[in-house]
Amino acid sequence: MKQTGKHYFADKDIQVILGTLLRVGVIASMLIVFIGGLIYLSGYSREIIDYSVFNPSKTKYSSILAIFQGLSALDGKAIIQFGTLLLIFTPVTRVVFSIFGFLIERDYLYVLIGLFVLCVILISLSNKLVG
Amino acid sequence: MSVLLFTIIVLAGAFLAGLVGSLTGLGGGVIIIPLLTLVLGVDIHYAIGASIVSVIATSSGSAAAYVKEGITNIRIGMFLEIATTISAVIGAVITVYINPGYIAVIFGCILLFSAAMMVRKKVDHSDDRATGVLANFFKLNGSYPTADGTVKYGVHNVIGGFIMMFIAGIISGLLGIGSGALKVVAMDNIMRLPFKVSTTTSNFMMGVTAAASAIVYLHRGQIDPGIAMPVTLGVLTGATVGSKLLVKTNTDKLKIIFAVVVTFLALQMIYNGLSGKL
Repeated sequence: MKQTGKHYFADKDIQVILGTLLRVGVIASMLIVFIGGLIYLSGYSREIIDYSVFNPSKTKYSSILAIFQGLSALDGKAIIQFGTLLLIFTPVTRVVFSIFGFLIERDYLYVLIGLFVLCVILISLSNKLVG
Repeated sequence: MSVLLFTIIVLAGAFLAGLVGSLTGLGGGVIIIPLLTLVLGVDIHYAIGASIVSVIATSSGSAAAYVKEGITNIRIGMFLEIATTISAVIGAVITVYINPGYIAVIFGCILLFSAAMMVRKKVDHSDDRATGVLANFFKLNGSYPTADGTVKYGVHNVIGGFIMMFIAGIISGLLGIGSGALKVVAMDNIMRLPFKVSTTTSNFMMGVTAAASAIVYLHRGQIDPGIAMPVTLGVLTGATVGSKLLVKTNTDKLKIIFAVVVTFLALQMIYNGLSGKL
């Protein structure tokens, strides 16, 4: 149990930074989704929509590249997707940050565990998984 | 239906889902998916995509508060994320190969299980007795602050908890929910963590687990901005308001009412799944 005591203070600092990071990420992405939503509604609000059949080709912004292209055109849907992307990457940044935290603590076992989790997420970024 | 009307209905529904969800401890996704599919006729694949985004929003939002208090066990979270991220990606990949009807049936069963877990009397199994080799090797044992000072706890049956987390991750990726109820089984009952630690740690993990499958959904076009926007905004504001109310509200009665509602939704999902309506 001696080890827990030694780790406690460093853990505490990292926890405060992690908490702030998560909060900033959520607030920023929500603001972007909200702004994108307003632009989207101002353009499409009267249009009729139908989501009853899943059609993978219907969503224009299903890749990170397409989202950035739409973003430069200030398209409401692209802005919403960008906010969503930011939201998805908030916990991922959290993982990256904890890896640095464990590196500072010289807890190399958890540096490895963190890197492994990060790798799994990076693999999910590959288009090949979609099938 | 017009875009404006659809957005307003989903926004209101998602707000309620987030509000009641945070008061009862059940994730917003379990209400959002039935609302979208049963009431608004949205294809379950779109509902799953929108729900997973709201899971990330609420998880990150509440984890931010908990992490600062120092109750969350970051090592346990990181260690178990090995299991949950791998299985969440697997779940997200196989979800389109499964008949939507079967997904609805699995979803209904998880809903029934979650409702039962919500009303059941919780028994705290935690203790600070010496634990096995794995818990020591991965430095999982920890302590957390309470009103009476710091309390130490030991972590038990690491392998059992890890396997249960793997199942929770598959379900999360398959259905686009946080599968909090399954994570509670793994942490409270199998690994014998104190409630406060297991709830906050499971919340902390949920964001990373959901992110892994959300990227797969995004690439597949399952995250539609028109649905994801009102769902995330609604659930997050609802959950924020709910967490403020939580201190003043007696949630016991609410839990029972909500359990009845969830059970009804579950049966409806199972029926529609079996009869091929979803």
